[in-house]
Amino acid sequence: MKVIELKNLSKIYNPETIPVRAINDVTLSVKEGEFTAIVGPSGCGKTTLLNMIGGLDISSEGSVDIGGVSINEMSESELTAFRLQHIGFVFQAYNLIPVLTAKENIEFIMVLQNIDAKTMQERSDDLLDRMGIRNQRDRRPSELSGGQQQRVAVARALAARPKFVLADEPTANLDSGSTEALLDIMAKLNKEEKITFIFSTHDQRVIDRAKRIIKLVDGEIVSDEQP
Amino acid sequence: MILYIKLAWRNVWRSKKRTWITASSIAFSVFFACLMQSSQLGSYENMIDNSARFFTGHLGIHQVDFWEDQIIDNSFDQQALFELDLTNPSILMGVPRLSSFALASHGDRTKGAALFGVSLEEEAAFSYLERKLIEGDYNTESGVLMAAGLAANLNLNVGDTLVLMGQGYHGVNAAGKYTVTGILKFPIPALNQGAIYLPLETLQELLSAPNMISSYSILLEDSQDTEGMKAHIETILKGKELGVMTWQEMLPDLVSSIELDYYGGWVILIILYVVIGFGIFGTFLMMIKERTYELGILNAIGMTKRRVQIMVAIEIFLLIFLGVLMGVLMATPIILYFWSNPILLSGDAALAMEKFGYEPIIPFALNFKIFYNQGISIFVIALFLAIYPMLAIKQLKIIKALKE
Repeated sequence: MKVIELKNLSKIYNPETIPVRAINDVTLSVKEGEFTAIVGPSGCGKTTLLNMIGGLDISSEGSVDIGGVSINEMSESELTAFRLQHIGFVFQAYNLIPVLTAKENIEFIMVLQNIDAKTMQERSDDLLDRMGIRNQRDRRPSELSGGQQQRVAVARALAARPKFVLADEPTANLDSGSTEALLDIMAKLNKEEKITFIFSTHDQRVIDRAKRIIKLVDGEIVSDEQP
Repeated sequence: MILYIKLAWRNVWRSKKRTWITASSIAFSVFFACLMQSSQLGSYENMIDNSARFFTGHLGIHQVDFWEDQIIDNSFDQQALFELDLTNPSILMGVPRLSSFALASHGDRTKGAALFGVSLEEEAAFSYLERKLIEGDYNTESGVLMAAGLAANLNLNVGDTLVLMGQGYHGVNAAGKYTVTGILKFPIPALNQGAIYLPLETLQELLSAPNMISSYSILLEDSQDTEGMKAHIETILKGKELGVMTWQEMLPDLVSSIELDYYGGWVILIILYVVIGFGIFGTFLMMIKERTYELGILNAIGMTKRRVQIMVAIEIFLLIFLGVLMGVLMATPIILYFWSNPILLSGDAALAMEKFGYEPIIPFALNFKIFYNQGISIFVIALFLAIYPMLAIKQLKIIKALKE
C-alpha cells in the first residue's frame, strides 16, 4: 500500500526573477513499511523534498498524496492538523521542547491530539521502554545526551501513530555509538511494526541500513535502488 | 490545558533575569501608580470630608433661594424639618446650622467673621468640632468658640469679651457681647481665620431669628452616592419651600480642582505607562525573536498557530500577573501605613498647602479600586502590546522559522 505518492513534483524559488529549481519534476512513491534513505550532496534538495512530503513547504508544480489524500490544496491549518495526525518528524537538532521532560515531550503530541490521559500514559511508558530511556523520563533535554535526545525525538514522532516518519539528517549530530543505537531502534520498529521511515542523510551508516536508496542530484532523482 | 499552563510557566522562567527585570519594571509602575492614586484619592476624600463636615454636608437642605443669595432672610423655620421623615440607612446624620456674617471686635481691633450657630453636641459628632478645641471649654451655653487665627488677630484669649455687630433677620440690628469660652484650631485656613461658633439658640437670639436655620447639613455613608439620595429627599420635600443640593453643586470649585488634579495625575501615570510599555514590548519582542525557530518546530509537529498563540498568551498573562502582584504586594503595606498615619507637612510645604486653602497633610486612601484600576491598566497595556506576538505567530512561516 502506497503511503506517499509524488507526481511531477517541482519546487521553484524566485519564479518571477531568477528561477531556481530546487526540486525538478520528481515522481516517486513510497510503500508502507519501507526504510528509505534519500541521499545526495549538500544542496541537492533532500531537505526541500522532505519538507514538501511533510507538508511543511508547498510545491510549485506537481502533487503530493499521503495515504491517498492530496495535501496540495489544503489550507495552512488543515495541513497542521494533517501533520499532527499522519506524519512524524525527527530533526537533525532533535528540537525537543526544552522546558518539558522526556516523558512530557512524548506526551505533548498526544495532548495536541486530545488523547485521553490513560492511553497517553500507557503509550508514553511503552515508547520510553522501547527507546531504552525509561530511566531518563523525568529529565529535561539539557540533561540528556544527544543520542538520548534523538531517541526521545523518535518516540515523540511515533507517539502520534503516524503513517510514516520523516527524519532529516537524524544522525548528523550523533557519535558512532549513539548512531548505531538509534538505527537499531528504528530498524527494529520498521521490521517488527512495519513503521515507514524516510531519511535524508549523508551518513554512510544510515545508507548501509537502508532498504531503498534514492539519490538526488540538483533536485532530480538520478537513481532509485533497493540494495 | 494543564500542559499549556505548565509549558507557559516554565517558559516564563527560561530566562530568569529577563523575567525578573520585566516583572520588576511592571511591579515598580504598579507600586508607584498605586501610591500616587492612593494619596490623590486620600487627599480628595479628606478635602470632601472637611468641606462636607464643616460647611455643606454631603447634602444640604435650604430654603429654595438660599444658595443663590446666602442671607439671613433666606433661612427657614427648623420646625419644617420635624415634619419630615429623613431616616434612611444611607444617611449617617444631619445637623441644623444657622450662618451669617458680622463684625467681630475686641479692644481697638475689628475683623469680619463668619458666624455659625450650631448644636454643639450634634456638631461634635458631625464635624468633630470638639476635637478642634485647643484651649478653654467646649460646652458653652451663651459664650462663643473662636477660631485660633481670628482670636490671634483680635488679640483675644479665653475669658475675654467679644463684641459682635451685624444685621439680623429682616434688617434688624444685631449686636451682642459674648465671652470667649474656647479657642478652636481648624485644618481649613479659611475657617481658621474667620470662624466663630455659637450655640444655635444664641445666634438665633442675636439675629432675632428664633427657630430659624440656614441649612440642614446631611452626612452620607458614601460621599459619592449623592445623586440617588438627592432624588430621594427631593420627593420628601415636594410641596415645601425647601430644596436639596449635593456637595458637588455647592462646591463646584472643589469639584473642578479635584478633577484637574485627578486628570493631571493620569497624565503622569500615562507617561509612566508608556515607559513601562516599551519595556514590556521589548520583552515580547525578544520572546518571539529568540524563539522563532522553536515556535516553527511546534507548528511543524502539529501544534496549530492558534494553540501556539494560546501558549504565548498564557506566558504573557503569567508574566504580567507576576509583575502586578509584586507591585500590589509592595504597595499594600506602605498604603496601609500611611492610611493610618497620614504624612504631616511642615515648613514651606505646609504654608504652600495652607495658602491654597488645603489642610497641610497628605492622607492616603485605602480602596480596593486603586489596586484594581492599576492592575487592569497594566493588563490592558499588555493586551494591546500582545497584538505584536500574536500577529508574529500568525504570520510565522515554518520553513523560514526553521532556517532561523
